[in-house]
Amino acid sequence: MSAILSYVERDSVIHKMTGTTKLFFFLFWSIAAMITYDTRVLVGMFLLGCVFFKISKLKWSEISFALIFMFTLMAINIIGIYVFAPEQGVEIYGTRHVLTELFWKYSITTEQLFYMFNFLMKYMAVIPVALLFIMTTNPSEFAASMNKIGISYRVGYAVAIALRYIPDVQRDYREISQAQQARGISLGKEEKTLDRIKNSAAILFPLVLSSIQRIETISNAMELRGFGKHKKRTWIMERPMVKRDYIGITLGAVVMIISITMMFVNGGRYFNPFI
Amino acid sequence: MKNSVYLTVYVRLYANTKNYIGGVDMNNKNQLSIKSIVAIGIGAALFFVLGRFVAIPSPVPNTTINIQYGILGVFSIIYGPVVGILTGFIGHTLIDLSWGSPWWSWIIASGVFGLIAGLAKKNINIESGNFGGKQIAAFNIFQVLGHVAAWVVVAPVLDILIYNEPVEKLFAQGAFAAVSNSISTAIVGTIILVAYAKTRTKEGSLNKEN
Amino acid sequence: MKEPMIVFENFGYKYRSQAEPTVTDINLTIRKGERVIIVGPSGCGKSTLAHCLNGLNPFSYPGEIMGSLKICGHETKEMGIFGLSKYVGTVLQDTDGQFIGMTVLEDIAFAMENDLVEHEELKKRTLAEAKKVHLLEKIDAAPHALSGGQKQRVSLAGVLVNRVPILLFDEPLANLDPASGKEAMELIDEIQKETDTTVVIIEHRLEDALHMGADRIVLMQEGKIVCDATPSQLFATDMLEKAGIREPLYITALKYAGVELTADMPLQRIQELTLSDKQKEKVREWFYQEQWTLPKAEEKQLLSVENISFGYVEKTYNLYDVNFQVFEGEMTSIVGKNGAGKSTLAKLLCGFEKQNKGIIRLRGKDITEDNIKERAKTIGYVMQNPNQMISKPMIFEEVALSLEVAHVPKEEIQERVYKALKICGLYEFRNWPISALSYGQKKRVTIASILVQNPKVLILDEPTAGQDFRHYTEIMEFLKELNRQGITVLMITHDMHLMLEYTNRCLVFSDGHLISDTTPVELFTDKDLLEKANLKETSLFELANMCGLPPKEYIDKFIVYDRNLRSGKEEA
Repeated sequence: MSAILSYVERDSVIHKMTGTTKLFFFLFWSIAAMITYDTRVLVGMFLLGCVFFKISKLKWSEISFALIFMFTLMAINIIGIYVFAPEQGVEIYGTRHVLTELFWKYSITTEQLFYMFNFLMKYMAVIPVALLFIMTTNPSEFAASMNKIGISYRVGYAVAIALRYIPDVQRDYREISQAQQARGISLGKEEKTLDRIKNSAAILFPLVLSSIQRIETISNAMELRGFGKHKKRTWIMERPMVKRDYIGITLGAVVMIISITMMFVNGGRYFNPFI
Repeated sequence: MKNSVYLTVYVRLYANTKNYIGGVDMNNKNQLSIKSIVAIGIGAALFFVLGRFVAIPSPVPNTTINIQYGILGVFSIIYGPVVGILTGFIGHTLIDLSWGSPWWSWIIASGVFGLIAGLAKKNINIESGNFGGKQIAAFNIFQVLGHVAAWVVVAPVLDILIYNEPVEKLFAQGAFAAVSNSISTAIVGTIILVAYAKTRTKEGSLNKEN
Repeated sequence: MKEPMIVFENFGYKYRSQAEPTVTDINLTIRKGERVIIVGPSGCGKSTLAHCLNGLNPFSYPGEIMGSLKICGHETKEMGIFGLSKYVGTVLQDTDGQFIGMTVLEDIAFAMENDLVEHEELKKRTLAEAKKVHLLEKIDAAPHALSGGQKQRVSLAGVLVNRVPILLFDEPLANLDPASGKEAMELIDEIQKETDTTVVIIEHRLEDALHMGADRIVLMQEGKIVCDATPSQLFATDMLEKAGIREPLYITALKYAGVELTADMPLQRIQELTLSDKQKEKVREWFYQEQWTLPKAEEKQLLSVENISFGYVEKTYNLYDVNFQVFEGEMTSIVGKNGAGKSTLAKLLCGFEKQNKGIIRLRGKDITEDNIKERAKTIGYVMQNPNQMISKPMIFEEVALSLEVAHVPKEEIQERVYKALKICGLYEFRNWPISALSYGQKKRVTIASILVQNPKVLILDEPTAGQDFRHYTEIMEFLKELNRQGITVLMITHDMHLMLEYTNRCLVFSDGHLISDTTPVELFTDKDLLEKANLKETSLFELANMCGLPPKEYIDKFIVYDRNLRSGKEEA
């Protein structure tokens, strides 16, 4: 099993906030980062995110593998952007300051570097807050929080069921695939690509059948215990909102408002230092 | 100015998705049934496990085959488009969160695939055990349409709106994803649905042979 | 007479998808505070009846109700599933499927959350129920950190929160080991006494279910009630045997000895049983009859496990320094609590995981470095649930799969598949879809799909879990026949009957150590060992004591007699 990000219990003010607060905050923050391309806002958000991370008492070693993964992905993205559109920055900012000419249509311009830096910052601005959301929110609170921000409790409970049964599904997958490997069914490189995909179906079929069986049992169990009886339901994992929660939500909202405001100030999503 | 137009479109799109997810229950009398809720949950768990832990190497170096879309296609046919969209959306969100940060454009695209693949349910009554040439064709037409809509339309458009990434890159990326996902969904989904349909048939005339 | 809680009157139920009703002519009244066990072979309609009680029929599985079923005076067809849940609390068989919450706390609270119980009271009542089922210290535990028995207690607490007057248990013992099963029955007993709840238990492990005592046993066959009597009345007849339900072992033993059983004897539990001197004498007479012995197996070493240690995580071992040999032609059980290391051992033997230390030899040859595929040619593994192994819709395709992926020529595939199907008694079904087969037949398909690779050893994980007596016998007699044809059989099991009736050797695991390599008789007369393996004493032990006979020899005699009787029956 490869490493995976999940809830880490610690004693910090961010942990103490309710799931609802963190969900709101995370949504505001994501929207803010998606809307703006203003370098100053993005850098500010990134730095602020790092401060929050520090406050949460999470450790670097707990996230390093995830960061390595995300940086690899971003590097591929950045390279892809340059390969396909070396002049994207020039197009956006409307000026062209060439640093060096390379070959064919490729040259390095300040505008392109700045655009790619901004692109990077758009991710960097979200990552610390996303990590915080995942690692400081007890999964048991997810469903209640989603319900609280206005999503139907039925959808919230679907998420809860997914989280509850991931370990069971994973164990099933592992056991089925081991038993099938003993029959010579392989997903490894020694098989041709099409055979690999075909072979995977031999593992997935029993997995799907047992999942359908499981869906049957779980829905019976839920129905017998009155799920869906009322338009609402209560949640034992829901915690009352206190002052720090309102502060948190306000802060998230303020960041979003700044991001939107800057759009009008700049007359667009971009902060353009070239004119 | 161009950008603010993008923004409104984007906000509207975003709001629509949100509203839809939250609104199945409120705006609509036919709420999600308990079985659909559970199917979404278990389907998302499957999607997550397959997408996160099962790496089948593909012929292109450093890439893997996404067999989770095959399963999503199967769930969409068995349980319908609403289960499809939510399973894709939730399953993909969980995968991204487990890596650290959600890529909303691709998450929404996964939901769109589940939705469109599920539209084929109208032409396929899998529970009757009838899954022959016509139904196989229907499933594959819709799943290919789903992948094209998801990876060549929805994901790139959202990426342009959010990140202003270059169009060429996005469409090259999207086309690759659409082709490879369509192939794996065609193989995995078809094999499983054919086998599943056979488990639904009530055989009336089985004779022992010597 | 107390007030009636459940009244079936000329009741029947027909599923919409079926032409014939599944249950018919049901007339049954169950009163307040009664404990009723419903038994019957698979497919007799007992689950359908249970689903009618809790409302899954007709509200989830549509169908037609004939006659009338009143619960606490209300006609069920007018109530709906939520209405019924106020009166009937159901604990299902599948301990994982019904554990919906992410923790014990959430799962117990689930029903109250749906009932809009507000926060303070919600918490208070949840904790109170957790205390009732002795799980307060596990309140934040996730399901995978709990044993099967604990998960079931959570489910029980989860329905107790509704303060229902009727508790319905659908095969509560199917997934539990004997010791946990005993605890479960004791807890139900305790709660029933405290609240005067009406308890209905659907179960075929009758002796274990009777541990808490029952007022009545209802025997069902082919959709009808064929007997509704006290345990003593029922045990005095041969109706259970005829219906294919296993009687308690001490009842069988008394019948073997020719002791005449009558309805006025307290037969329902060995603890309550008193025998007259004359009856005891009969048991002794039977014991001192001519001794039969079992043929001894030839001791030719097949597998040798030497100093094996293994851990999934570094430095924490799941198995420590395990040593044992398996001899050709053996039929051996591997026993121990959940998490004792049994499954891990099977995985190491099959090459699914690789040991950190130690060697595995097959006929003296070191096979430690062989991969899964190579191992499978000598050691076959059969999973507990056949549905998890079957990946093709048709029988022939399924059995041929391993040969097809190995690109064996077509003619050879057909020959080998036919041979395996013949051994498994499935040849005449070879072109059938697997979905048309019974559970026991599916199990045989999975075994055939392993046999086609010609393994010397078969490892089976809980081959009979959850099966009724008829399917149990069908599966075990089949395995015995395979064994007779030269295949060595290892079985991971909790089933005490299986150990006693079919195996000559038990490997007992506890906390990753092989703590005993012994015979079933030795095991069942060793209290300490039984406790470590989460097993319990057999009632034969007490019967022997009661009659002043040496338990070990008595149990031994019983096993030999019983096996001879079976093989005699089989030949006849």
